[in-house]
Amino acid sequence: MSATIDTVDTELVPGRGGGGPAPTRTVVAYGFWLFIVSDIVMFSGLFAAYAVLSGRIADGPAGSELFDLRRVFIETMCLLLSSYTCGLGALSAERRQPSRFLILSCFTFALGAAFLFIEISEFVGMVSRGAGPSRSAFLSAFFTLVGMHGAHVTAGLLWLTYMVAQVVAKGLRPHVLRRLLCFSLFWHALDIIWIGVITVVYLMGAR
Amino acid sequence: MLGKLTWAAIPLDQPLPLYAMGVVGIVILVVLGIVTQKGWWPYLWREWLTSVDHKRIGVMYFILGLVMLLRGYTDAIMMRSQQAIAIDGAQGYLPPDHYNQIFSSHGTIMIFFVAMPFVIGLMNFVVPLQLGVRDVAFPVLNSVSFWLSASGALLINVSLVIGSFARTGWMGYPPLSELAFSPDQGVDYYLWVLQISGIGTLMAGINMVTTILKLRAPGMTYFRMPIFCWSALTSSILMVVAFPILTATFAMLLLDRYVGMHFFTNDAGGNMMMYVNLFWAWGHPEVYILILPAFGVFSEVIATFSGKPLFSYRSMVLALLAICVLSFMVWLHHFFTMGASADVNAFFGIMSMIIGVPTGVKVFNWLFTMFQGRIVFRTPVLFSIGFMVTFVIGGMTGVLLAVPPVDFVLHNSVFLVAHFHNVIIGGVLFGALAGYNYWFPKAFGFTLDERWGNASFWCWLVGFYLAFLPLYVLGMMGMTRRLQHISDPSWRPLLLVAELGAIVVCLAIVCQIVQLYVSIRTRESRRDLTGDPWNGRTLEWATSSPPPAYNFAVMPRVETIDAFWEMKRRGLAAVEPAYEAVELPRNSPTAFVIAFFAVVTGFALIWQIWWAAIPSLLAILVTVLVFGWSENRQREIPANEMARMERARRGFGRPA
Repeated sequence: MSATIDTVDTELVPGRGGGGPAPTRTVVAYGFWLFIVSDIVMFSGLFAAYAVLSGRIADGPAGSELFDLRRVFIETMCLLLSSYTCGLGALSAERRQPSRFLILSCFTFALGAAFLFIEISEFVGMVSRGAGPSRSAFLSAFFTLVGMHGAHVTAGLLWLTYMVAQVVAKGLRPHVLRRLLCFSLFWHALDIIWIGVITVVYLMGAR
Repeated sequence: MLGKLTWAAIPLDQPLPLYAMGVVGIVILVVLGIVTQKGWWPYLWREWLTSVDHKRIGVMYFILGLVMLLRGYTDAIMMRSQQAIAIDGAQGYLPPDHYNQIFSSHGTIMIFFVAMPFVIGLMNFVVPLQLGVRDVAFPVLNSVSFWLSASGALLINVSLVIGSFARTGWMGYPPLSELAFSPDQGVDYYLWVLQISGIGTLMAGINMVTTILKLRAPGMTYFRMPIFCWSALTSSILMVVAFPILTATFAMLLLDRYVGMHFFTNDAGGNMMMYVNLFWAWGHPEVYILILPAFGVFSEVIATFSGKPLFSYRSMVLALLAICVLSFMVWLHHFFTMGASADVNAFFGIMSMIIGVPTGVKVFNWLFTMFQGRIVFRTPVLFSIGFMVTFVIGGMTGVLLAVPPVDFVLHNSVFLVAHFHNVIIGGVLFGALAGYNYWFPKAFGFTLDERWGNASFWCWLVGFYLAFLPLYVLGMMGMTRRLQHISDPSWRPLLLVAELGAIVVCLAIVCQIVQLYVSIRTRESRRDLTGDPWNGRTLEWATSSPPPAYNFAVMPRVETIDAFWEMKRRGLAAVEPAYEAVELPRNSPTAFVIAFFAVVTGFALIWQIWWAAIPSLLAILVTVLVFGWSENRQREIPANEMARMERARRGFGRPA
């Protein structure tokens, strides 16, 4: 049935994917998109667990006693600004301006590190107040969800360092640019997840 | 020094695992000895262990599945024998502790290390060939995926000798799998093995989706893709979006066990049913990850051997996509007894029945494809027809179980065990074996022996029915699953029939091994010189058997579905093309090195040997960084070299 329909169009109709293999840049970015999708699904599991367990405080401290929204605001600004500098860095890399890229990457790194520092100090403070991850199911879910995001930021900082080294050593060659593209996708995805975290964990939990 | 690992971990007091270990050890030593003596290591290392060729990786996946099938089957026959013996006064030969490990490892192995390698192996081998391209999107990542699966398989076998495996069943439900009730390393083996191989599966899924959506021969629009590619696409999409849920769930259970968190514990607010929900939010799509590629195999086999295009290709595609979406909406039917409200159970019951509809569409499509076709009854066709009959029965018992009140009666009975073996053996395994018989000549250049193949099919079919139909009846009679001892002697006759079935399945496996042996011995007389032994319809048959590393000297141009059929019809298949230079990915030891350290990391984490875990984890990171620095990952074959090789291979340019 459909065979006869398809024999008619021997021309390559645009938009139906008949144009042959995609260029490497597209393939790499697409594969990395899929990885981000899978990563977000992984986070959705942790979000679901947090949603189920957020009220299970087992007579321990609740979120409203622990969260400091002012600090979370500063933290959020650090991360969002780092995405901004990361985006500018990606643009300057595309325009083959390595020195601009390097300066902007330093900003990205510093802001990401500041975010991480604030997060770790929050964790340390909570643990020292006896509100560690094994105190209650709520705190287990909190530390795992937020900590997993923090682990991603840490991995992102390592990756950024590695990419800077590649740019310094090799220059902005096509394969370096492809990896930079993946890195900036990753870094922006962490923002999206963080927006979920501040909404579900901090804003809804601080009440 | 060695964390929790002591001499007590070696089960010196249990003879059975020790014998098993001895036999396996001897086999491994003999194989290694032969390889060393014949000097095959350089060849193996160059051509297989470091290969990034999707065809080689596909073959290695399949071999992994076959080897682990033997292990999983051994577990099965041990359980069946225990249940056939330990009735009433008799205690059988497996103590409860050991029996519990066996049913847990049987399920884990059969799902993750038999069924998954089979379907991923077939997809790996077939999809790029059917798409008319030279490799998958990320060849090195592909080999990492395979070697991580192999690492998991190795670690799960280590648990046979060092320490013990989980006693929790293959789902690892808490609170039983929590530290309080499973204090030894069994559950840790289970969790780390599946985390490691799960990462491999996730990356295989990403790779396959990217390949299918972004790398196709010119002219191959979505609706000209062979149906197996569609099935691989839907299955891989499910891998990408379902496996991370399992990773997250297991991470939570690991945190409970290692750090004392309270996700699923009884105390401090943990919620064990959350594990069950999350597990099946992965687990039900997993069922379709396995069965969809099998549907694809049957579609190809039926169309080819009926000499007709697949009936209603588009409805087949829509059915695949519908199943892909619906598979995420039925998870609660695995535990209707949880105590959700009647409305919730009714919703999931109805959804579970709805998901049977697209499957029914497919069955009718296969039947109409065969209708008025000139069917050639080769081994793959026997498996396909056997599948259709068997799978319909399994599907109907599944719809029966989807009725919540019925499920309350049959939940966790051997009726359920019979149901899912009915769909997994009758569906996934028959699909894998149909695909094995169908694509073997493409992979190795000679066909498999039909007589032994058919004998194997009949033994599988008869063995399956003998082994599992009694379980349906026993389940109705109230027999629950995972019984180490049977107290009701009236169940004995049916359990003996099931035991007989398991023995017939053993014959099926023996027939298969003989089939392989006989086929290799007589390969000269069964060479496939045309590359197209079955009068195939899709592009994998357009190249030689076995295909060269680059698959196609010149990328085919696709103008219809069943592209190769159309080429043959127009007489284009035998025309010599104009050759161009071809780029191929270079082999890389990256995956093998990562897998080596993954095994060390996994083992060290299981036994909490931190001084080994951290450096080997760092070694993996360094390996990735080194690979990430590398360039020049492609090698080019110039056009004149291509022409020379192609002429030598296909006989172009020779006088006829």
